[in-house]
Amino acid sequence: MTSFHVPSLASFIISPPPELCFEDVIFKHEDKVLLGPCSFTLKGSGPTFVMGPNGAGKSLLLRLSHSLLQPTQGRITWSGGPGPRQAMVFQHPVLLRRSAVANLVHALAVNKVPRKNRVKLAHDALERFGLTACSSTPARVLSGGEQQRLALARAWVLSPQVLFLDEPTSALDPAAIKAVEAAVQEFHQRGTRVVMTTHDLHQAKRLAGDILFLSGGKVREHTPAEAFFDKPVSREAQAFIAGELVE
Amino acid sequence: MENNAFYVALTLLLNLDASLFQIVALSLQVSLLAVLIAALLGFPLGAAVAIWRFPGRGGMIVVLNALMGLPPVVAGLMVYLLLSRAGPLGEWGLLFTPGAMILAQVVLVLPILAALSRQKVEELLGEYREQFVSLGMSKSRMMPTLLWDARFALLTVLLAGFGRASAEVGAVMMVGGNIDGVTRVMTTSIVLETGKGNLPLALGLGMVLLTLVMVINAGAYMVSELSRRRVG
Repeated sequence: MTSFHVPSLASFIISPPPELCFEDVIFKHEDKVLLGPCSFTLKGSGPTFVMGPNGAGKSLLLRLSHSLLQPTQGRITWSGGPGPRQAMVFQHPVLLRRSAVANLVHALAVNKVPRKNRVKLAHDALERFGLTACSSTPARVLSGGEQQRLALARAWVLSPQVLFLDEPTSALDPAAIKAVEAAVQEFHQRGTRVVMTTHDLHQAKRLAGDILFLSGGKVREHTPAEAFFDKPVSREAQAFIAGELVE
Repeated sequence: MENNAFYVALTLLLNLDASLFQIVALSLQVSLLAVLIAALLGFPLGAAVAIWRFPGRGGMIVVLNALMGLPPVVAGLMVYLLLSRAGPLGEWGLLFTPGAMILAQVVLVLPILAALSRQKVEELLGEYREQFVSLGMSKSRMMPTLLWDARFALLTVLLAGFGRASAEVGAVMMVGGNIDGVTRVMTTSIVLETGKGNLPLALGLGMVLLTLVMVINAGAYMVSELSRRRVG
């Protein structure tokens, strides 16, 4: 977290993405256990897809991992010291009431990137995500798909070692979904650890490296994606894949 | 015809009456400066109360909200006591000068700007909070971002403050003294002319004041609507 640099491809090959470890984590709200106890370690290359029925605790798990919430009990740790550089993309992107490029410049300024580099980095990211034409358009008047791409571009300029995405495509049309999936692949190929929630089984089949399956606030299964879709172990996951209602 | 208020107001304006011009200029100067100073203090104060949690915060919000209804004469009295020869700031020699009038109006306008900006900033923070934490922003770093992103709402707040300042007469009368050519503003002139029975002139002045306030509000409205439409 100390110095900001534009990562070269080589630096990723050398440094694998940091591992995330949950140890007996419990999250309670008003004495009601909403998540846990759960223990798991995210290693391997991912992308990790957190799946499960509504209310299973998927968003909660992401927010705990990203330190937006603190666990009531248990520990959340990262390999290689304290929190790595990380970013999160929300279901409904939260964009500032400024132009697209100003949104990226703001994120860079907050992260203490030298002033002279900000505009260049911002425009590079806009170009990468196909937003060059709307760089001076107010972020709030962009279409839903463009807004989500801008949120991804904002994450991109921060060169996160870990990227969390909370149902980033659930409010988008197919073309926009395709663009977001391509972006997720780019993050993955750049060596970022991607952790994402989705309801879309097909999307998980297309992108996932491993699946963390939750239901009722507990981790039921953490397996490579192929194994998960071929032969789910837990009864809940079998039912989920079969499209049944899961408690 | 000469008793018609419209006629009097028009004549005053068309003749570019020097003393009227002075009165109007002083009115604007005092109120605009007061609003500017109150904004420089009140907006960061409102934003700070919105962002930080501290003991006594609830009480502070109640007091700020209550002070929005502070009677101008009470504000005037406080500033009068402060600036009078025997008062703590008597040495400044500000009483019965435009400076005293500005100070009194700052006291009136500051709670309005602080209380209303607190509301606006808190609403915005509710929307932005997770993203801010995700970006690793400190609370003090949030303040400028929130104030800038609330700029259109704050313009409206500013207008409310200007309305309060330009319309009040009690405070400026007490600490300014309505001295011809020195501290006479539109509202105090209207009181004076009405007292003298010069109703057409008083009405004429009233219309000039109303027109000015309208023009300023219309300008601010157009600026904010145009940019709001642009920024979405």
